[in-house]
Amino acid sequence: MIVRLLGEGQFRVDDSLLAQLNELDDKVEQAVEAGDERALWDALQALADVVRANGEKLADEDLAPSDAVIPPEDLSLEEARELLQDEGFIPDVPAEQTS
Amino acid sequence: MPGLMSRLSLIFKAKFSKALDRAENPNETLDYSYEAQLRQLQNVKRGIADVTTAKKRLELQYSSMQQQVDKLDGQARQALAANREDLAREALTRKAAVQQQLGGIMQQGQQLEAQQQKLIEGEKTLQAKVEAFRSQKEVIKAQYSAAEAQVRIGEAASGIGEEMADVGLAIQRAKDKTDQMQARANAIDELTATGALEDFTSSGDDIDRQLAAISQSGQVDDELAKMKSQLEGGAAPKELEGEETK
Repeated sequence: MIVRLLGEGQFRVDDSLLAQLNELDDKVEQAVEAGDERALWDALQALADVVRANGEKLADEDLAPSDAVIPPEDLSLEEARELLQDEGFIPDVPAEQTS
Repeated sequence: MPGLMSRLSLIFKAKFSKALDRAENPNETLDYSYEAQLRQLQNVKRGIADVTTAKKRLELQYSSMQQQVDKLDGQARQALAANREDLAREALTRKAAVQQQLGGIMQQGQQLEAQQQKLIEGEKTLQAKVEAFRSQKEVIKAQYSAAEAQVRIGEAASGIGEEMADVGLAIQRAKDKTDQMQARANAIDELTATGALEDFTSSGDDIDRQLAAISQSGQVDDELAKMKSQLEGGAAPKELEGEETK
């Protein structure tokens, strides 16, 4: 499957990593619920590390969409909450903002 | 509840599928998408240029703050030489506050530097993807039936849309960061613009409270002591003793 690290790019990782990624993904949500920014960063960092260590970076020309998207490692609690509640965190694609 | 990772990927997909609904036949969709991508690419470049400009402006502001620190230090020395320990204390308190703020801003500046680097890489990736889309669209037009073409366009366009949204988000975050830094820098400007030795005992706003806290921390006392001992090492003390009553 293809995983995007936001701000960094796309990686192709083996499907066998899915369980491990999901586990860390749960930790991200738990950290947000607990309001623990330190734990949030640790979990996000761990997620990104797994992808970087086991994934193969996709070529720039590859047009495949990602199956999973991992937020930046320095995501603030506030941003994370926005992310979990609605789509507010992701800005509209640039052309839709201004002419 | 679906995990954060997959939810995020769905949000990204939804963001870009809107653009695809507008055209009816695959060839139109292809051309429309490509044009939209070129426009977006321009906006991305503009966004990155804005961030770069804001960062440069901040860098200029830091150096003037650094000068302010030196000036306050000089004022403290002058005040002490003139036997005005109270004024020296005020100048040093202000200096410590500016220094503390500067430290924070510098740290943010380093983070911004890293973000900016990633932005530039993101722009390159985006450019490569748009280019790849341009050649793929001709292949799709020539080789596939309308139904198949629709599927392939959908995939390619959503891959690009995702990249676009990623860079867009990175630009947004970098802009937010420069805004924050700008606000902090402006606060310091206000702090220093009033002049070190005037109007110091005004109402208890945030900066005053910080100043008070720093003053208590002992940093100011330490520096005062250091400056005093430096002065005592010179010729000044004897002269001062001789003129004690003015």
